Amino acid sequence: MKLVKTVAVAMVMAWIAGCSSTGGTKGGDVAVEDRGAAEGAYEGATTTGVGGYGDLSVESLSDPNSPLSQRVIYFAYDSSEVAEEDRPLVEMHAAFLAANPGVKVSLEGHADERGAREYNIGLGDHRAQSVRRMLELQGVAAEQVSTVSYGEEKPAVEGHDESAWAMNRRVELVYVGY
Amino acid sequence: MKKIWLSIVTVVLCMPGWLQAALTIEITQGIEGAVPIAVVPFATIGQPAPENVAQIIAADLARSGRFAPTAEQDLIARPSEVAQVRFQDWRTLGVDSLVIGKVESLAGGQYRVQFRVFDVFRARQLTGYSLPASADNLRHVAHRIADIIYEQLTGEPGAFATRIAYVISESRNGEKQYQLQLADSDGYNPSTLLTSQQPLMSPAWSPDGRRLAYVSFEKGRASIFVQDIGTGQRSELASFAGINGAPSWSPDGRSMVLTLSRDGNPEIYRLQLNDKKLTRLTRSAGIDTEPVFAPDGSSIVFTSDRGGSPQLYRMPVAGGRAQRVTFEGSYNASADFSPDGRSLALVHGEGGRYQIATLDLDTRLLRIVSDGRLDESPSYAPNGSMIIYATETGRRGVLAAVSSDGRFRQQFSLREGNVREPVWSPMPKSR
Repeated sequence: MKLVKTVAVAMVMAWIAGCSSTGGTKGGDVAVEDRGAAEGAYEGATTTGVGGYGDLSVESLSDPNSPLSQRVIYFAYDSSEVAEEDRPLVEMHAAFLAANPGVKVSLEGHADERGAREYNIGLGDHRAQSVRRMLELQGVAAEQVSTVSYGEEKPAVEGHDESAWAMNRRVELVYVGY
Repeated sequence: MKKIWLSIVTVVLCMPGWLQAALTIEITQGIEGAVPIAVVPFATIGQPAPENVAQIIAADLARSGRFAPTAEQDLIARPSEVAQVRFQDWRTLGVDSLVIGKVESLAGGQYRVQFRVFDVFRARQLTGYSLPASADNLRHVAHRIADIIYEQLTGEPGAFATRIAYVISESRNGEKQYQLQLADSDGYNPSTLLTSQQPLMSPAWSPDGRRLAYVSFEKGRASIFVQDIGTGQRSELASFAGINGAPSWSPDGRSMVLTLSRDGNPEIYRLQLNDKKLTRLTRSAGIDTEPVFAPDGSSIVFTSDRGGSPQLYRMPVAGGRAQRVTFEGSYNASADFSPDGRSLALVHGEGGRYQIATLDLDTRLLRIVSDGRLDESPSYAPNGSMIIYATETGRRGVLAAVSSDGRFRQQFSLREGNVREPVWSPMPKSR
């Protein structure tokens, strides 16, 4: 999980760095693509910055090499605070949603299996609300965002140890219809 | 604690018809001080009955932790009439009480069950009844007899002729399936009330025992339904934006408390059932959930993390100032009131373990009564004698029950699937 997270953060950071070097114009008319490096699974994403916040087209949602394909945010035990290192990921999704007001996202909050089931529903809800607030602060319209909490009812990983629990304390961004 | 392994394990597992039960019971821990009692196999008059009534009674008494029934092979005599009882024999065997009886078949598939309870040392009958039964309700009648014996010998009502509701999840061909089920208090006669591909949660009995409220994600989000157990008919009670969770009935059955996040944060609301009037009871930035009424209807206990970690709080039924009631441990949640209102059963988390504990509301004494690592969802028996809860064994969710003093534990094992969220029914109204 740590590896996944590190790679995700690296992708986003590199991508944002690429964007700022092109002057930060939104819309993507300044293409700085390196097709050569785009062959690699992750290297590709580092070089598809196409100006502003990168490729914010709806099509990029279905591109597995787009950093937008990273749609899970993980949380610490009994916490609903988005970790500092995950903020760029949330901000990137915010930029995408702000650029595509017709796109809707459902934030699905989850908890690990420990403790009370209904309290975990509350915890999943708080996690989803944290992400929602960040999105809205970045200019995403309230109508674009819905939340649902599944508590501990839908674990991503079956298991009864910290490695499973860490993968289950999460918010998944589910783009409605994509 | 010195463990005395009771021979009841054999009695239970050899019970005829145990294969048909979805839930079977293993006794994982014995106790000192259980009252020795002999329950003699009931005599058969006419056609044999489809159930072994004496074994059902003995298993019930054993499960309570208050009695240690003599193993069948150790019974020194098989009396079924008063005249056949030689009290000296039973004194020699060291039993305090003796139960004898007979099952007589009548016309039309009906039965008559007679039983007598004796005080062995005083050599006299304590009680005796004759009860009508049919093949279908013979197990139920056996549980009622166990209730009568329990009350006669302990002075407290029995709760064997009751039921439990619970949720099962299992994977079938890679698809998750959730079921809301009901079973007798000994795990027999399971029946399914609802099947869904999406999570089912938080079953809650109405005080009359006729309806269950529960949370279903069948629409992709949480809604609360109320289902009539007899007819299977149900209605949607709450389906607001966000959380619709943790339903719990008021003791008079006229309103429910529940958790909604429709105003942006998980808060506790009271819903009047006749006019659907909704009243918000909490206001905090934290998570407020799992409300339960005190049995006298005067206050509500709930879980809140307003102080930084999940703890239990108590507030008046109309809302208002809440007082914290748990202080030991970093995690206390999922309260259930004992029927007398004096104690709470709860989930207590400390040092990475989650166990069931009881909290005496007067003395504030917290007592851990389970020994699992991930125990949850405690629910008191309607006579307060036991607490049923969900635990994990062999990586599966199973149910367990513990006497409310923590001395006697047993596990209900299911052959497949994860069982959780057991809730014990109220006492039947016919009593």
